[in-house]
Amino acid sequence: MTALAQAQPVIPDFGRGSDCVRENRTFCWDWVRDHWDDTLQPRLLEHVELTAYAVGIGFAIAFVAALVAYRHRSFEGAFGFTSELLYTIPSLALFQLLVPVTGLTITTVEIALVSYTLLILFRNVVAGLRAVPDDVLEAARGMGFTRAQTLLRVELPLAAPSILAGVRIAAVSTISLATIAAFVLPEGLGQPILDGLRTFFKTKFIAAGALAVALAIATDALLVLVQRSLTPWTRASRAG
Amino acid sequence: MTDALASHRALPAAALFAPTRALACRSLRFRCVSGAAAEIEFRGATKRYPGRPHAAVTDLSLTIAPGEICVLVGPSGSGKTTALKMVNRLIDVTQGDVLIDGRSVRALDVTELRRRIGYVIQHVGLFPHLSVGENIATVPRLLRWGRPRIAERVVELLELVGLEADDRRRYPAQLSGGQRQRVGLARALAGDPPLMLMDEPFGALDPITRERLQNEFLKLQESVRKTVVFVTHDIDEAIKLAGRVAILREGGVLAQYDTPDALLARPADDFVARFVGADRGLKRLALKRVADVGLEPADGSVLPEVDSAMTLRDALSFLLAGGSRRAHVRADDGSVAGTISVERIADLLAEQS
Repeated sequence: MTALAQAQPVIPDFGRGSDCVRENRTFCWDWVRDHWDDTLQPRLLEHVELTAYAVGIGFAIAFVAALVAYRHRSFEGAFGFTSELLYTIPSLALFQLLVPVTGLTITTVEIALVSYTLLILFRNVVAGLRAVPDDVLEAARGMGFTRAQTLLRVELPLAAPSILAGVRIAAVSTISLATIAAFVLPEGLGQPILDGLRTFFKTKFIAAGALAVALAIATDALLVLVQRSLTPWTRASRAG
Repeated sequence: MTDALASHRALPAAALFAPTRALACRSLRFRCVSGAAAEIEFRGATKRYPGRPHAAVTDLSLTIAPGEICVLVGPSGSGKTTALKMVNRLIDVTQGDVLIDGRSVRALDVTELRRRIGYVIQHVGLFPHLSVGENIATVPRLLRWGRPRIAERVVELLELVGLEADDRRRYPAQLSGGQRQRVGLARALAGDPPLMLMDEPFGALDPITRERLQNEFLKLQESVRKTVVFVTHDIDEAIKLAGRVAILREGGVLAQYDTPDALLARPADDFVARFVGADRGLKRLALKRVADVGLEPADGSVLPEVDSAMTLRDALSFLLAGGSRRAHVRADDGSVAGTISVERIADLLAEQS
């Protein structure tokens, strides 16, 4: 066999489908319609799942770490430095480091995604707790709140706007970042994007990319609503 | 604490309508003296911080009678706030003791102790995420009162401190400084504590609001009769509010503990004399109203008139400003009660010293 016969065709053959698909025009609605059920929707749901796990686990770790850091300043420095270090590692490089250990698995993806949420979530929880006014804490102590009561009834509610702001940033950036999971695993919206890029099929990566953006915007909007319903007092002003 | 809580729960419904003072009295572990007021005794209380050459409070001994307002006053660094915080144990004594109704504050569980002491601070420290009503309900909730009783208490307190019942739904951010301090006062009173600690509560208010709140506070105190420990650096505020004033000097040393009148008439030393001010004679006159002193009988002459509710100081100022030596005193019912003169005022000051 000659090398020529083995080579991939330079111009890909998009096979059956409408004129739009065969000619690989910029965007073909009919492809989106035909492949919503078998490609786009399942990838979208996987994407939501990847993000939810990453932010959920990241929040759990960052929250506990922030509570410890709130009481012990030395821990704040240590955890802050570690999460900053993780944040600076390029994602592809992190995959390279992790694959030999955890393989081409969801664990590899989640470790990377979780690592990137830690810094933002940790910093925002600590900042929120530290911003609770001293006079409020003194009043709470003076009225006979225990430490746990102060945390649950005063400090965390007052830190909620800052914490939720951190969750918003973490969620949106994770949705964007989770597309690179496709380098490890054929899951999430990164998969059709990567596939579309490899085969030069424009509709596929544009549709998947647009879905990722729409998911990010929708998630952010949802979290804004959550924030508003949980912290009605932040909108109270003299005028109100 | 369990028995105190149990007695709350066991109260029959009818008891909810009984005066709250009686209720609180039953619920308190402190012995109830004259209603729901407690006696406080500082017994050689000393606070030293490690690494500092001088103590913040040095061997402070004084007793505050139930239902009395004791004002701790002194320059900054005189340990007055430190002394105050020894009572609710935000600061623990290093030597000596503080007793409430004869029991050491250290004998009680610290959170239980604090829930039974009203605490008001300069910057109020209202919870910004809770409505006014929820803020006021803080201590009753900690004490696990029933919902209807708390709701009733919140409305009662709003009225007591001069706010509207509808204000309970507002957030602290929607209130003025004066309104916030009223809510702070209501919150401190909510659990009907026998004892109130007030740390410069009116210090951050404008002079007009401050004076109004001082007056209302005195009026309020007439009806609730708490034992109050009040900290201020303002000697005029101390004289106005106090049953007794404790003047502290640097290092938390008690310079004099006396009634405002005695303090102004007979300062114990130069420090106290300087602290109460060179105008202490005039300040003394401000403590008495025209109605309180023996007047000279009125004759038929035409004189300017002063109101019997005026302080002697204001009456003197009125006389001097008007260029007149005497004035008729008009009583509440509109009749002329007698006359007051510059000489009479001067005599009063001299004979009381």
